[in-house]
Amino acid sequence: MTRLFARHRILLPVLSLAILLAATFYMQPRAMSYFGVNLLFNLAVPIALATVAQMMIIMVNDIDLSLGAFVSLVACVTATFLHDTPVLGVLILAGLIAAYAALGVMIHRFNLPAIVVTLGMSFVWGGLALTILPSPGGSAPPWIRSLMTVKPPLVPMAVVAAVLIAAVTHVLIIRTGIGTVLRGVGGNAASVSRAGWPVLRLKALAYALAGFFGVLAGVALVGLTTSADANIALRYTLLSIAGVILGGGEFTGGKVSPVGAVIGALTLALAASFLSFLRLSPDWQIGAQGAILILVLTARLIFTRRDEQQG
Amino acid sequence: MTGTPIVALTDAEKHFGAVRALDGVSLSISSGECIGLVGHNGAGKSTLVNLVNGGLSPSAGAVSFPASGESRALNAGVRSVFQELSLCPNLTVAENLRISHSDLKGFGWRTRARVEIAQSLDLVFPNHGIDPDMAVDQLTIAERQMVEIAIGFAPRGTEARLVILDEPTSSLDAGIALQLLTHIKDFCAKGGAVLFISHMMGEIFDVASTIVVMKDGKVVASRPTPDFTRTSLVEAMGHVAGPEAETATTASAEFGADILHSQTGLTASKGEIVGLAGLAGHGQAETLARLYFEHTSSWRAGKASGMVFVAGDRGRDGILPLWSILQNLSVSVLPQIARRGFVDRTAETRIAADWKTRIGIRTDDVANNILSLSGGNQQKVLFARALASTAPVVVMDDPMRGVDVGTKQDVYAMIRAEAAKGRTFLWYSTETEEVCQCDRVFVFRDGQISAELTDKDITEERILQASFEMQEVGA
Repeated sequence: MTRLFARHRILLPVLSLAILLAATFYMQPRAMSYFGVNLLFNLAVPIALATVAQMMIIMVNDIDLSLGAFVSLVACVTATFLHDTPVLGVLILAGLIAAYAALGVMIHRFNLPAIVVTLGMSFVWGGLALTILPSPGGSAPPWIRSLMTVKPPLVPMAVVAAVLIAAVTHVLIIRTGIGTVLRGVGGNAASVSRAGWPVLRLKALAYALAGFFGVLAGVALVGLTTSADANIALRYTLLSIAGVILGGGEFTGGKVSPVGAVIGALTLALAASFLSFLRLSPDWQIGAQGAILILVLTARLIFTRRDEQQG
Repeated sequence: MTGTPIVALTDAEKHFGAVRALDGVSLSISSGECIGLVGHNGAGKSTLVNLVNGGLSPSAGAVSFPASGESRALNAGVRSVFQELSLCPNLTVAENLRISHSDLKGFGWRTRARVEIAQSLDLVFPNHGIDPDMAVDQLTIAERQMVEIAIGFAPRGTEARLVILDEPTSSLDAGIALQLLTHIKDFCAKGGAVLFISHMMGEIFDVASTIVVMKDGKVVASRPTPDFTRTSLVEAMGHVAGPEAETATTASAEFGADILHSQTGLTASKGEIVGLAGLAGHGQAETLARLYFEHTSSWRAGKASGMVFVAGDRGRDGILPLWSILQNLSVSVLPQIARRGFVDRTAETRIAADWKTRIGIRTDDVANNILSLSGGNQQKVLFARALASTAPVVVMDDPMRGVDVGTKQDVYAMIRAEAAKGRTFLWYSTETEEVCQCDRVFVFRDGQISAELTDKDITEERILQASFEMQEVGA
């Protein structure tokens, strides 16, 4: 049993989500419907995308503290430029992805701590967002709005989107050769470089992927909220880090799981709803969310420790 | 089988600053050859390996690959298996092959990788029992080493022409090591070449066709294996120190009861200088660190702790780079000279001035930043820091790294004087000359004590013998 959980790291996140879901349905049976499930999870879609973005950075042993501000900036660009002048909007978003790649190059080339660089960049992104949208406003491009409110048969949009994100990133990171090499950079960068790989380019690629998924997160968020605000996604920074870890990832060593990261994001989104159903005062909710996080991490630590002792 | 060499070094030199790690080495390796490379610490073995595999480029001279005409080692079929495990622990065995085999791509690369690594493992280590889909961090150290060796010998699109094995058997048991040695002979018979580094003499004699001995960055002997005997090989490696007369200054004094015991079998008594010798990385530093942490608390500082530590890696665990010389020196005695929790600045200044003259720190003002000193003088500050405390036991982790000869002599004298006053020293050193200063020496091999030498037994030859495994393979 211990070995099962330690060897298959994905089991624990799946189990936590299942338990939380069962508890939610028990508290609020009416949530157990097409409409209810969509309501529970639709805000989890941008969080899942941001978590995947964070995972790309954690995969190469760095951490991104600017992700929340970045997603906010993307949301502001989406609600203004992408709505009014689509071509310019797309160009700006592409430029933002390139900026992320450049960040990766800078961090690796000058051996800077990612935590400091991204913390600094969070103020840059935040400032740009405020310049674009000094007060909440803008509007979502209609095609995004209709994409995010589509009603597929049988399964709600939020679930379809989560499965899709998990599947695509799983193939990209776990199955393809380049994904394997990227994880190798996190595992042992020296050995990857000794095998003749350009680690600088790989780092840039990882950061560009993070930028790409960050852009998707911002666009998806505006599709749900219909307007934007410079501070709309600030809490995504911590949510995305928590989601990666909750999903079985580790801060160092290139141990990440895309499927786990998406499940972790869903769990975090669900935890907020669950606590509301418990009629817990919003003042306590953040603390309670933290407690759930600590609980799951403790369980994982116990499993891996025991497994190591048994050898 | 000999012909155009796979790799040829001509007068290759490599300098790191003022240090000549490699001082004009010429060596060529042809197909069918197995070169056994031996030498003591810092003889230049790993620098040589790094020149051959392209990890470093020579400061002077040339490295070429005549047989293939390639300029890059990787393209010329040169593979290295490193001593410090260099796999990606988060990936599976098959995925690790992908890292070093960039032609594995397209649909179904996983299946091909699995087949290739399984074949290579089967070839080198029959009945290995390693699943290519296991993540490397779930394998034992020996299994990881086996995977690494198998990746080294795997075809990887072309074929392996020269495989460099750096201490490949250090974590393998005798049976598995024998499988490897058999494979090496097989591989060479089929036209491959191997550069084999090991501290197990038996293995070298068993597998090598030529033995190359290195010392001080030079090749001092290179002869076919049958021309060497074990004794002549150890002799060729040794004799670094010239005059050995001045080593033992005092007759073997009588020491009191042991005041220190460690699980590994290390003992020391009051006033004794105990040396830890052996090849670098065989557990000496770890033993000292464990001993130190067992005897000190990370919670209570106490008025007087029983042990102080002199770091060898100054940058990592020695100096406080933003502080002055004075602050660096007095940090160990602050609790003793504090008055009601406040630092007594006059006492601090007095202690610093006292030690500045006693140990000869070359500076005009101890208020200068510690980095204004040369490496040797920084090390003196670290010694002063330890000796200024009242701790009866001083632990030294290769403290003379990068220290000039004059300073060394000063410090030797200081250590002797302090030992005479009843202090105990535990001294790990990679230099035989320093180990010969000790009253008792423990030689480490593979994390364990392989010999305890005292008095007249402390000679370079005895230390070398104990550092290298002399047993036959599989015995």
